[in-house]
Amino acid sequence: MSEKEPLFSPKNRKLIFNPLSKDNPITVQVLGICSALAVTVKMKPAFVMSLSVLAVLALANVIVSLLRNTIPNRIRIIVQLVIIALLVILVDQVLKAFVYDVSKQLSVFVGLIITNCIIMGRLEAFALGNKPWPAFLDGIGNAFGYGLILMIVAFFRELFGSGSIFGIPVIPEAWYIKNGGFYENNGLMVLSPMALIVVGVIIWIHRSRNRDLVETK
Amino acid sequence: MKFIRKQLDNIKPTFEKGGKLAPFRSLFDAIETLFFVPNKTSQSGVHIHDSNDSKRSMIIVVLAMIPALLFGMWNTGNQHFLSINETVTLWPAFWYGFFQVLPIIIVSYGVGLGLEIVFAQLRGHEVKEGFFVSGMLIPLIMPVNTPLWMVAVATAFAVIIGVEAFGGAGMNILNPALTARAFLFFAYPSHMSGDAVWIAEKADGFSGATPLADAAAGNVGNLPSVSDMFFGFIPGSIGETSTLAILIGAAILLYTGIGSWKIMFSGVVGGLTMGFILNAFGGNALMEIPAWQHLLMGGFAFGLVFMATDPVSAAQTSKGKYIYGFLIGIFAILIRVLNPAYPEGMMLAILLLNVFAPLIDHYVVQGNIKRRLKRVKA
Repeated sequence: MSEKEPLFSPKNRKLIFNPLSKDNPITVQVLGICSALAVTVKMKPAFVMSLSVLAVLALANVIVSLLRNTIPNRIRIIVQLVIIALLVILVDQVLKAFVYDVSKQLSVFVGLIITNCIIMGRLEAFALGNKPWPAFLDGIGNAFGYGLILMIVAFFRELFGSGSIFGIPVIPEAWYIKNGGFYENNGLMVLSPMALIVVGVIIWIHRSRNRDLVETK
Repeated sequence: MKFIRKQLDNIKPTFEKGGKLAPFRSLFDAIETLFFVPNKTSQSGVHIHDSNDSKRSMIIVVLAMIPALLFGMWNTGNQHFLSINETVTLWPAFWYGFFQVLPIIIVSYGVGLGLEIVFAQLRGHEVKEGFFVSGMLIPLIMPVNTPLWMVAVATAFAVIIGVEAFGGAGMNILNPALTARAFLFFAYPSHMSGDAVWIAEKADGFSGATPLADAAAGNVGNLPSVSDMFFGFIPGSIGETSTLAILIGAAILLYTGIGSWKIMFSGVVGGLTMGFILNAFGGNALMEIPAWQHLLMGGFAFGLVFMATDPVSAAQTSKGKYIYGFLIGIFAILIRVLNPAYPEGMMLAILLLNVFAPLIDHYVVQGNIKRRLKRVKA
């Protein structure tokens, strides 16, 4: 690469857009499932969680990429963890300062971003071998892919489990059985097994639309 | 019959590839095989031919459920009139129950078969027979007061997530009917337990708790007499109350060889074993219920006869069937007694063992291989 590459060359664009569908961190790489189960009961925490992961992943990718030639190979995991932990603590403090109620709902899961496999995975697989700018784009792309699935799952879980979207009730009150109607919220949607099933259904639909994702036997 | 054959042959070409109604091929196929044994034979590999294809054996299971269904309809009416303090004769009670239960059956079959046909069409295979049985099982294990749309949602969940996601009937890991019930149990708990749901249009002052729920709440003194529980004059899911009607069904299944006696037998043994163990400890009133009474309460008998023996989700090997049935008995009573939050332990026990059935089979087969290898070496 002698001459300068344009900032949004086709290759760089791929870094952002591939993780949205064909290389999605959750449905294709199957990383970060645990947090997808834990924070998707309502859309608001899921949204904040996606933003937090976005910030952490993009910055961690850039920092590790900047340091990639100076990190001794043997202790690279520890160095990565220190960087991630630092960023996560920053994010956590910001959340506590500005959106305290959501931060309380997310509770331990913000801290657990440190162990989110997507972040470790991207650092190991991409940031350690690429320049800062592509690493930044890769971080953004993967965080968007993660957030996209999180929002889809949270949308269905909140709609059917709590009858609202972003905390705004969408099912008319009069429909509920306790008000003489016929409807009842689905309690299973609030439990985490249902998140797994919703993710599974997304993977099912995704794969039946993109045949090349199906592994050959 | 000849007339039907002729009619079917007449319209057949329109359903074949390229015909006008080709998209509805699987529907036609389903109707044709309903009337006639298909004349297709296997091309290779199979050496035993039997006229009894899976559609016929499924119909026998449905027939075996008829006693429980008819009794359930009558009991629905009976419990209703009991609760409003009226005495009626046999037929008014039966017809009342009939019109309460019939819509649930129609919804269950309508939604289930509709989805089966859609999937069969999308995937280009024939409609599988599995849902004949599930479609009848689902109404039988619902409380009579379940809203119809919940039955529809649960059926759809069972067919799509429980069966089709795994590749269609015959590939499912879990029993579809129980999947539907477990879905409702966790999704709409207030409609699947408690004492308001078991009796249709119950009068407010009348306690409608099932014996099992009563016992779980510690009111062992409230238990109905043993004969009431055996004949089924108690509130409960539609088809599960009468042990007698279930035993008639079991006799049909065993006589025709469709239900596995190994699973039923070892299930009873397992239930009794756990019952006796709990009796021996006897910490509270629930643990002191005589072990054999557990066999009459709740869905134990129904689950063991009609759902544990489901040939798809049960263990396949002969030794595996004993282990599978025994563990179902053990877990059903264990969950029922030690976790009063889930009085219906049978459902959870069968689902749990459904998941473990392939593992049990694996070790039985491996054990067999090892044993025979040893013989060769010796």
